[in-house]
Amino acid sequence: MNSIGYYPGCSLSGGGIELDLSIRGLAQLAEVELREIDDWNCCGATAAHNLDHNLAIALPYRILALAEKQGLGEVLAPCAACFSRLKGTNVRLERSGDLKAKMQTIVDLPYSGSVKILSITEFLNRLMELGLADKLPKKLTGLKVAPYYGCLLSRGEDIVSDDAESPSAMEAALRATGAEVVDWNFATECCGGGFSMSLTDAVLDLSNAILADAKAAGADCIVTGCPMCHSNLDMRQLKIQSSGMGQYDMPVLYLSEVLGLAAGMGCDQLGLNRHFIPAMALAHRFDPPPQAAETAEAVSDQRSN
Amino acid sequence: MSHTQQSELGARIAEQTGMNVLECYQCGKCTAGCPMAKYMDLTPSQVMRLCQMSDEGAKEQVLRSGAIWTCAGCLTCTQRCPKQLDPAAAMDVLRELSNREKMTSPQRRKILAFHKAFLTTVRKTGRMSEFPLVRRYKISSRDFFSDVLLAPLMVAKGKLGFKAHKIKGRSQIKTIFQTCADLARK
Amino acid sequence: MARIGVFICHCGENIGRTVDCAAVAQESAKLPGVVVSLDYKYMCSDPGQQMIKNAIAEQKLTGVVVAACSPRMHETTFRRAAAEAGLNPYLLEMANLREHCSWVHEDRPIATGKAVDLVRVMVEKVKRNRALYPIQVNVEPTAMVVGGGIAGIQAALDIAAGGKKVILVEKSPSIGGHMARLSETFPTLDCSQCILTPRMVEAASHPNITLMTYSEVEAVDGFIGNFEVTIRKKARYVDPAKCTGCGSCYTKCPQKKIPSEFDALLGKRSAIYTPFPQAVPNKPVIDAEHCTMLTKGKCGVCKKICPRDAINYEDKDELVKVKVGAIVLATGFELWDHSKYGEYGGGRLVDVIDGFQFERLASASGPTAGEIRRPSDGQVPHTVVFIQCCGSRDEKQGMAYCSKICCMYTAKHAMLYRHKVHDGRAVVFYMDIRAAGKGYDEFTRRAIESDGAEYVRGRVSRIYRRADGKLIVRGADTLAGRPVSIEADLVVLADAVVPRKGGEKLAQMCGVGYDTNGFYSEAHPKLRPVETAAAGVFLAGACQAPKDIPDTVAQASACAAKVLGLFAAPKLEREPIVARVNQNLCVHCRACINTCPYGATQDREIKDRQGNVVKVVAEVNEGLCQGCGTCVAICRSNAIDLDGFTDEQIFAEIATLE
Repeated sequence: MNSIGYYPGCSLSGGGIELDLSIRGLAQLAEVELREIDDWNCCGATAAHNLDHNLAIALPYRILALAEKQGLGEVLAPCAACFSRLKGTNVRLERSGDLKAKMQTIVDLPYSGSVKILSITEFLNRLMELGLADKLPKKLTGLKVAPYYGCLLSRGEDIVSDDAESPSAMEAALRATGAEVVDWNFATECCGGGFSMSLTDAVLDLSNAILADAKAAGADCIVTGCPMCHSNLDMRQLKIQSSGMGQYDMPVLYLSEVLGLAAGMGCDQLGLNRHFIPAMALAHRFDPPPQAAETAEAVSDQRSN
Repeated sequence: MSHTQQSELGARIAEQTGMNVLECYQCGKCTAGCPMAKYMDLTPSQVMRLCQMSDEGAKEQVLRSGAIWTCAGCLTCTQRCPKQLDPAAAMDVLRELSNREKMTSPQRRKILAFHKAFLTTVRKTGRMSEFPLVRRYKISSRDFFSDVLLAPLMVAKGKLGFKAHKIKGRSQIKTIFQTCADLARK
Repeated sequence: MARIGVFICHCGENIGRTVDCAAVAQESAKLPGVVVSLDYKYMCSDPGQQMIKNAIAEQKLTGVVVAACSPRMHETTFRRAAAEAGLNPYLLEMANLREHCSWVHEDRPIATGKAVDLVRVMVEKVKRNRALYPIQVNVEPTAMVVGGGIAGIQAALDIAAGGKKVILVEKSPSIGGHMARLSETFPTLDCSQCILTPRMVEAASHPNITLMTYSEVEAVDGFIGNFEVTIRKKARYVDPAKCTGCGSCYTKCPQKKIPSEFDALLGKRSAIYTPFPQAVPNKPVIDAEHCTMLTKGKCGVCKKICPRDAINYEDKDELVKVKVGAIVLATGFELWDHSKYGEYGGGRLVDVIDGFQFERLASASGPTAGEIRRPSDGQVPHTVVFIQCCGSRDEKQGMAYCSKICCMYTAKHAMLYRHKVHDGRAVVFYMDIRAAGKGYDEFTRRAIESDGAEYVRGRVSRIYRRADGKLIVRGADTLAGRPVSIEADLVVLADAVVPRKGGEKLAQMCGVGYDTNGFYSEAHPKLRPVETAAAGVFLAGACQAPKDIPDTVAQASACAAKVLGLFAAPKLEREPIVARVNQNLCVHCRACINTCPYGATQDREIKDRQGNVVKVVAEVNEGLCQGCGTCVAICRSNAIDLDGFTDEQIFAEIATLE
């Protein structure tokens, strides 16, 4: 059985719980063991780098050092912010021996730099290669999706390997589910990130523009890989709609949830019931209630008679 | 390289990021692409411009600006800068300095309060948990009433953990915070 | 007994700032053989040269070392001075204290020590120099001009007017170049074709000019005064001797949907075509890639229709060899490919066009007959955004340099649009307005002040196409300190001026250098702007750097003056830095003959008095030898030496450093 290190990050036990649920489900399906880093800490996320440049490296350094100690060669960091912080730390440590020495003093743990960090898209594409692609029985035909990369899965040249202006890391997987990827303009525009509480108006504005463009492009849902983007586009959509900025009812799904649907996983298992903008109806489109199925059978029976 | 830097801010940015702000030729592409520019009192290119100047007034204007705190760190500026500069990284340096010199714009105190509440939560428990974070933020920002209706919904969806998760290595985390704070004071 | 003079130049502050020149002079005076050692602020100036001349006469010097700048800069100057004082000029050597020392070091004592070493090396060399005498070579008084744009046409016309023959080589079917595609020209707004086409006709009909269109340079051999050039005349499939240019063939050709290169892909042409109605020569060619007769053997309409039986599907490329004495490179430029800018749509937005496309839209002879209509739906755009510096001054994705002409042509575009669409809005994004030229600043001010172009100082970050078809242009107004977003119907990018793709190949053939961007390098940026490192090869127009029409024409005329100067004397003097074979040592292994890149080494039979061949040895043809030294290195019996750089000299230089 393949195994891979796992750094869930703080969001995934709270606001981003669907991401955790769906990833675990898919990993199980692809027979990949997720080995969680023991006693991991917060990476500092959107806060540490604003106030203390040493702390912004030291917190991810501890995580990387623990992973190395545990013998984890590759670690999945599904949250885009965690991914960016962890891989960014790796890049900076590799560039500067002085920084490495300094961090070793601050954190009091050795780290050689051996741990490779995987983003959610890299991880899911890996699962597809490892056999998940053959385990997607349900075709999401007719589902129009707007893949949303936001900032941290598109930009940062040392961190993201995709094309920053037109990223495509989600496309192959989405197409494999039978969904249709719409051509839209806001795939890499910022949603306002960590300002959800501290500069709410800006987040509402920016998220509204993203939702509007997805709707104009004819999307049935937005697909993301970032819990922060998810919370801004899903949870804040309530406020956007109630304040009259626009009416979208646009479900926002994690890429892993879409793959989970195609794999035939249940809504509860994927956490689709936890969305603020209802996503269940979307799922049921490909999941005809038993009664309807019976009727269809009856019709075909009659025909054959 | 640092002998080319006349300004204190320019020298500080060069030291922490290796970037030479004098290379900025004020094309404004950072401002043009910045999703937050319309909420800023200085545009990103103006912030870069002021970092090039060595007078005290320029430094004050930057460190007291709301703009540096309004930056969302989306990296659009850095991605597209034709001079291969990294304004997003410069913003980090400036925020750190603005906070340390207690010059943070009163208009953006909520943003600073949020970052501080976040880091306090991490310092105490090792992780971020929504409920303790929000409680700390609301107290320090005195922003009691926004989003109060959201909380029950979040609880219903299993998205707002009341109990903070405390990691075993909390003492290590405290030491890390302390050592970094000591380094900053030097 | 050697009597050497050493002269140390401060080069103003260039050398003096980091090298203690007086100390170097003092140290040099102690070197064995040195009888005089002096330093001076500007050795190349008249008093400086006089110092050298006086010392040669008074001290009866047998050799001189001038320690100053690069020999490429002033060797000729100082050698001429030595000759005037009666010393053979090849008994003077230069030590490079500037490029090799003061410019690359900061520490004064270390740099001074190195300067003394550099002088000592040259003193040891010059002691072993011997008098050399220039070599006389014949000059073929015909010039080849490569490129038939305005630069090439002007150079050809001026050389021809001086009474010398010119071969004008152009790779496309017609001369005229980019200028023939322009609508109107800045800063006077005169019609480009009206001022150009008479010159095209003059070039074609001038008795001294041979036009070779649809032809490319394949190989260049030889040297100044004596180049041998191989030119590929591409198959035209139309016999120009028979064709009258009646046009029946292209009117009837069924392949009519081929994007026209001349119209910047906005218009269409047929498979047999002339690029534009005023083409010179006005005789069509067949585009072998698109002609179904040539690709599939089906059609043959043009052959049937041609009243002169000029069509020949069997035509083949032909290689022609010509002898010329001088070469003018005038290969021009192309536009940077803005599809590299993902943030501007990555080339996928059809209503985001480049400057040439706008020229064709604005041109009376263009695909829209001069009406500004956007490519996607043929509608007249109500808001046009012009973006300057697209790919220019962008070291990340484009070119680091300023393309020089874009400020002016963008102002012209905005003006032309406003003249044609009175209620239209023209917005120009710029970083700086660089309008330094006669009448240029007045022109851009006119665009702003009286023609109503809205100028916004800032770059554009992103362009995308909204669902309703509007192009959203997100820019910045750095003067007002705010981001701006414009809803546009058409966007015109002022793409950077870049050298022709593949231009390096031609440069290598000619021995011409080129910079990191691919522009051909002039011999000296200020004092020898049209010459190149290859003697007898000159540069005109945008192949050397971005240039507008007035500068291009001026440079082309300067090239003509240089060529005519070269052709004025029947014989040419060449540097005597050539290889020499010691016939007693040569064992005739032929290694040098096989290896010489210039074909300068050849067999020579040594005969006795009866005329019997007693020995065959290698011999160097002084006229062909370029002094590269390859034969010296390969000769296993040490029979070859290079005049001016003998093994003995070089070993002495090295030995003195130990």
